[in-house]
Amino acid sequence: MDEMFKPSRRAFLRGSAAMAAGSVAGAAAAQEADPLITELQDWASYTGVGVDEVPYGMPIEFEKHVVRRNVEWLTASPISSINFTPIHALDGTITPQGCAFERHHSGAIEMRKEDYRLMINGLVETPLVFTYDDIERLPRENHVYFCECAANTGMEWAGAQLNGVQFTHGMIHNMEYTGVPLRALLKAAGADISPDKWVYVEGADASSNGRSIPMEKALDDVLVAFKANGEALRMEHGYPVRLVVPGWEGNMWVKWLRRIEITDMAVESREETSKYTDVLEDGTARKWTWVMDAKSVITSPSPQMPIKHGPGQTVISGLAWSGHGQINRVDVSKDGGISWETARLGKRGDTKALTRFYLDTEWDGAPMLLQARAMDDTGYVQPTKEQLRTERGENSVYHNNCIQTWYVNAEGIAENVEVS
Amino acid sequence: MSKSPNIFIPALGGTALAVGLAYGVASRDYGADKIELLETRLGQVEANAMTATEKAKAEAARAAELEARVAEMHAAAAERSAIAVNLTAPEIDGSLAIGRPALPEEIAAWDVDVLPDGRGLPAGSGNAFDGEEIFVDKCAACHGDFAEGVDNWPVLAGGFDTLGDKDPVKTVGSYWPHLSTVWDYVNRSMPFGEAGTLTPDETYAIVAYILYSNDLIDDEFELTRDNLGTFEMPNGGGFVIDDRPAQEYAKWRTEPCMENCKEEVAVTMRSVFLVETPEEGGSESTMNHASVEELPTFSAAGPSFIPVAAEKPREDAPAETPTEETEAAAATEPTDGNAELVAAGEKVFKKCKACHQIGEGAKNRSGPQLNALMGRTMGAVDGFEYSAAFQDALDAGRIWDEASLAGFLAKPKAYMKGTKMSFSGLRKDGDVEAVTEYLKTFGE
Repeated sequence: MDEMFKPSRRAFLRGSAAMAAGSVAGAAAAQEADPLITELQDWASYTGVGVDEVPYGMPIEFEKHVVRRNVEWLTASPISSINFTPIHALDGTITPQGCAFERHHSGAIEMRKEDYRLMINGLVETPLVFTYDDIERLPRENHVYFCECAANTGMEWAGAQLNGVQFTHGMIHNMEYTGVPLRALLKAAGADISPDKWVYVEGADASSNGRSIPMEKALDDVLVAFKANGEALRMEHGYPVRLVVPGWEGNMWVKWLRRIEITDMAVESREETSKYTDVLEDGTARKWTWVMDAKSVITSPSPQMPIKHGPGQTVISGLAWSGHGQINRVDVSKDGGISWETARLGKRGDTKALTRFYLDTEWDGAPMLLQARAMDDTGYVQPTKEQLRTERGENSVYHNNCIQTWYVNAEGIAENVEVS
Repeated sequence: MSKSPNIFIPALGGTALAVGLAYGVASRDYGADKIELLETRLGQVEANAMTATEKAKAEAARAAELEARVAEMHAAAAERSAIAVNLTAPEIDGSLAIGRPALPEEIAAWDVDVLPDGRGLPAGSGNAFDGEEIFVDKCAACHGDFAEGVDNWPVLAGGFDTLGDKDPVKTVGSYWPHLSTVWDYVNRSMPFGEAGTLTPDETYAIVAYILYSNDLIDDEFELTRDNLGTFEMPNGGGFVIDDRPAQEYAKWRTEPCMENCKEEVAVTMRSVFLVETPEEGGSESTMNHASVEELPTFSAAGPSFIPVAAEKPREDAPAETPTEETEAAAATEPTDGNAELVAAGEKVFKKCKACHQIGEGAKNRSGPQLNALMGRTMGAVDGFEYSAAFQDALDAGRIWDEASLAGFLAKPKAYMKGTKMSFSGLRKDGDVEAVTEYLKTFGE
């Protein structure tokens, strides 16, 4: 503390303006010619790698730090565990499959398309079995949707925990799915589609994850998907067939989908009672909290993405999404929520999909408390942590869609913090 | 468009320079021919300047034209994107001849879920007395002998009166609303790594033992298909259906504040864990000892002070001394001929992975790490809590070799009576040999 000085803001700004001017001059007027320009480089002279050297391309080696990562001590075994998408290092909205987060309850399984069977039974006229090829004969659609684990940001209920947006917000991915509407399969089997019926869906892996979906949602936008971002699903995301339940918590997106049963009540399986229910302050719990409410986070700058260029023009960038529909506005604050300015959207958001936002701004070099606040087309405004805690207490793990704060210091280094 | 004014600058500068030059030379005593020459040159310079000005104007006009054209293209694209297209897939009905009818025995094999009222349960029964033995055998490696949970594995018993705490202990007894869920989950998904192998009676008995561990029944209570669906769980009434629309959405669908939303903002908590993201993947967390006192508060005027750049503590990381395990873990190349067997063994090893780690950085889990297994004394891995059976084997100096491993893996409980390993054994021909070859690649 005694090393701190306390200049007036004006004095500080003078100082940083000089710094900024210096760095601009440095950038504008190079003293020595850049050898990368003046000298013949190997890559401009020798030939490069031929076609087919790598039949399926991986990111160039300089990007090998951009990978999903786990936090080993969070779970008992990596077979029943989670890892996190490197959202700090991505831009745009589509998540490449290879770095999209994984969540398994009994590990990812290898199943051939030839061994794939999908059964529809229960309250149907004709219980049916489909092969993989059968599914590809049905009318299919393309949609971009986000998939967020209900536990994303869950640790933050107890305050600022892990220092990195990959770890606080990385249980999310966003892909373009190709799939058959679940509605089509229900109708093919002559299912009882009255509104009090449920559609129970179950996976083929050892965890046998099963969830109950109310009929209204099942008939709406749920997809039986077999491609993501144009190619086959990855093993870790349920190859060859997974369920896509737009806007609803990731646990319902059953992987390796093997059975659809029409029932007259919710099964109340393990994953919809003992897990994925939200304990409130008085000890009662909310169940069937399926929708992921509107949420946003600044991905850069963030703890893994410091501002490296010093004061001056910079881009504050992040992601916003809502399980209720479209994101139509994101506001950014640099002072912990005292004042806000509306950011620009990278493009008009798709419904129930990630939307990219940018704030092109001049950084004066002073510390910032960066926050983003999303609004969706229902008029819902992303709440503060305080608002959530007042409403629910801190006993829950799931559905934390609070406004996140990064403290950015004068060196441009960001840290996960909680503010008053 | 913003660039247009700049284009004229060189042209105007040129004219000014030329005029200045003419004025300076004319005032001196030069010969008329020189003046004439200079005037001619001045004329040329002015003509050049005029040409440059004209050229710049023309360039600016062309640039403006191009920008206008781009704006037109953007407008046209926006218009095109608004044109209605058919995005609706055709609806399907029951007349579709895709898929085939499911056979009754197929439905019976897969449709085993149990509803809260007990529908879906098979005939059978079990009590806690029988359940204890099965539980200790098949479940305790992860859940503990008394369902208290080992390491990070789920606690199944106790936790009553904790649901109102910040860290509620959500066990079968304290939290699960329906007993049907316990039966259904144990039957379909447990034991971890050997799902779907329990008989109905075993499942009834395990569920009874879990209830007994929670003091909800005595050890003679016989759990059956007929009383399971009506069994009342302590937290059966503890759930409400999602009421966020009424409780939260109604409040939070408002026009948000943009200016002077707060007087002052202070940092109340800093990240508990700093996270390193090493090149080889994963992450390393360390405690963050920084204090909130070091940070400024914020008001509309900005931060209260600018903290001095902190000297980064550069501890010399202790050189990693490779342990025996990690050295051994550098997998040796399989010799020619058995590569296929090793590959097959790797697949077989999936059955073991739920409890055992192998390879670089392998740690003890519910089972000991398996690096350099061959030739190792049984029960000898540091830090693993072995059963009495393996402690005896250690004392007797018994060694893992192909024969002992084959015997153990074929029938673990018969070979090593009292082992905690809940695995029932490798049954397929060749699996033992394959997995042994695979294990050998991690050192002997």
